Amino acid sequence: MSLLGVGLLKGMVETARNFVGSYHDPSRLTTVQYPEERLAPKENARNFPFLVYDGADSERGLRCVACKICEKECPPQCIYIVLERDAKGKPQKHPKVFDIDISVCMSCQICVEVCPFDAIKMDTEFELSRADRFGGLLLRKPDLAKPNVHYHRLHPTEAAEVDARLAAEQAKAAAKAKPASPPPPKPAAPTIAPAA
Amino acid sequence: MKPELDEDALIGALSTGEVEPEGLVAGPAPALATLPPPRGFELTPKSPAASAADGEVLEVAMGPHHPSTHGVFRMDVVLDGERVLRLKPVFGYLHRNHEKIAERTTYLASMPYTDRLDYFCSLTNNWAYALAVERLAGIGVPERAEYLRVITAELTRLLNHSCLIGFLLHDMGTMGTPLMYAFREREKILDLFEALTGARMMCNYMRFGGCRVDAPAGWLDQVRQVVDDFPRFLEEFENLITTNEILLARSQGVGVLPAALAISASVTGPMLRASGVDYDLRKVDGYGFYPRFEFRVPLGDHGDVYDRYMVRVLEMRESLHILHQALRDIPDGPVLDPKAKLRNFRPKPGEAYGRLEAPKGELGFYLISDGGPNPYRYRVRPPSLINLTILEDMCRGHTVADAVVILGSVDIVLGEVDR
Repeated sequence: MSLLGVGLLKGMVETARNFVGSYHDPSRLTTVQYPEERLAPKENARNFPFLVYDGADSERGLRCVACKICEKECPPQCIYIVLERDAKGKPQKHPKVFDIDISVCMSCQICVEVCPFDAIKMDTEFELSRADRFGGLLLRKPDLAKPNVHYHRLHPTEAAEVDARLAAEQAKAAAKAKPASPPPPKPAAPTIAPAA
Repeated sequence: MKPELDEDALIGALSTGEVEPEGLVAGPAPALATLPPPRGFELTPKSPAASAADGEVLEVAMGPHHPSTHGVFRMDVVLDGERVLRLKPVFGYLHRNHEKIAERTTYLASMPYTDRLDYFCSLTNNWAYALAVERLAGIGVPERAEYLRVITAELTRLLNHSCLIGFLLHDMGTMGTPLMYAFREREKILDLFEALTGARMMCNYMRFGGCRVDAPAGWLDQVRQVVDDFPRFLEEFENLITTNEILLARSQGVGVLPAALAISASVTGPMLRASGVDYDLRKVDGYGFYPRFEFRVPLGDHGDVYDRYMVRVLEMRESLHILHQALRDIPDGPVLDPKAKLRNFRPKPGEAYGRLEAPKGELGFYLISDGGPNPYRYRVRPPSLINLTILEDMCRGHTVADAVVILGSVDIVLGEVDR
C-alpha cells in the first residue's frame, strides 16, 4: 500500500496533462465547432432515402417502377407507393405517389438493398428540423427525387459501380433484343463525370 | 365501503411495533394479516439484517427519472436511514415489444431492430442475431466476413467498456472527467463505424451469411491507428483512477457477489468473471474465429465493484490483443455468402439458439422457424436484464450511494433490459 493520497495526486497530474494538452496536442483537440466547422463527410454515411432520376426530368426520369418491394420490406413501414395507371387502367411502371415519412424511417437502408432497379439510395442530409413536425417530415415524390449527379456527389465509388452495372445490363438487354423486333430501349444511364 | 388505509403511515408503524390501527383507519380495524402488503413488499423482513432496523423505515422509489439509473428504471428501496434494507428493481418503462414485432416481420427486417436493443453495442447484437439465423438456416460465412465481425465486435467491446467505466465513475461523483475522456475515445471508434457501416450507432451491418459491405479502402489502416493509440488512453485512464484512494474506498468490498450466487442467478459476462468464474463464451463456445486468436480471460477474486471495474480494464487490453491479431491476419475475399438471400428468406422448420459474448454478457437469440418468412418464435436472452435480477442481493446492507455505484457496475442499457 502506497502513501495515502499518492493515487489522487497521480490522477490530478493526468488531468492537468489533459488540460494543457487540450491547447496544443492534436489528439486532444477533438471538438469541432459545428455550425461554423464541419467534419468531412464519410462516403458510406447514410441518413434518409431519396429517389434517383436519370436525365433532367425529375418526373419521367425516375428509375422507380413502383414494384413496391421496398414498401413491403421496410421494417417500420414508412414507405407508401401508388402505382400510376393510364386511362384504361393499365399499369404504367411509374409511381403516382411515393411518400416516405422520415419521422418513422429508421435509416436502416433495407429499401436500398432490396431495390432491384437501383432506384432508391441513401441521402446524407441531416439538418432536417422543421417547424411542422408531421407534414414537414413527410417527404413526397418531388422532395425525394434527386438527380443521379447528387448520388455521385454523395457516394462516388458506389454510384460509379451502380452506373457500370446498369450500363452492362442495358447492353445485355439490347443484345438479346436485337434478333427479335427491338422494343423501345429504356433511357440509358447517363454518363456523368464524377464530381470532384 | 371499505375503509381506505394509509399504507405509508402503516408500514412505518408496523416496523416500529407501534401498531395502532385505530389511529390510522376509519371504522373497525381489520386484522393485520389481511392487509395487503404495500406495493408488492412483504411485511416480514427477508434477512436478519433487515430486521435490525431501529427507527422508521422509509420507502423510496428511486427512478424512473433518477439520474443514476442509466435510463428509465426504477428501484423501490426500503431504507433505514441511509442503509438499504430491501430493493426491488422495476423494469418495463422502455418496453417496445421487440420480440413480438420480430415475429411479425421478416427475418431481415428485425436486424435493424436488434441495433436498438443495446444501443451501445449494435454490432454485437447484429452478430448474435445473424449467428442464430445462420444456425437455423445452415448458412456459412466467408472468412473475411468472420474477421470483420471479430474486428467490429472487439471495437464494440472497447467502446462499451470504456464508456461503462466512465459512467461508473460518474456515479461515484467524478463529475464527468473520466466520462469525457472515455467519450473522446468512443468518438474515434464511432467514426470508424460510420466509415464502415454508414451509421454511428445503429449500424445494421451484419447479414445472414456475412456482412453488408466490405471495408472501404484504407479503413483497416484507420482501425490500426485507433488500436495503436488506444493503450495510451488506457494508461492515462489507469493513472487517473485505478489507484485513486477515493475509488478504492468507494468500490472495494462494495456489492460483493459470491461466485455461487452468481452462477445460480445465471449472471454472465464481466460480472461473473469478476466473481472468479472462468466462463467466457469466446473460449467456451468458440464461435466465429475466436479459437484462432490468442487471448486471456481476466478473472476477479472478490466479486466487488472494484473487481468488476478491473476486469473490464483488463478485458480491453485483451481486446486490443485480439484486434492486433485480426488486423494482421485478415484475408481478402468476399464478405457475403453467395447463397445468402436477402428477400424471400424462408428457413426450414426448426429451432436454433445463437449466443455470443457481448460486452455485457451472454447475448442469445432463440428462434423457432415454421418454414414461413417470419420466425414463429423469437426470444432474446438479454445479459443486462439477467445481471440486474440480483441487484437486491448485492445492495442489501449498503448505503444508497453505494447502491448507485453497484447499479453502475452491473452495466445495464435499458433498451436491452426492457426490449
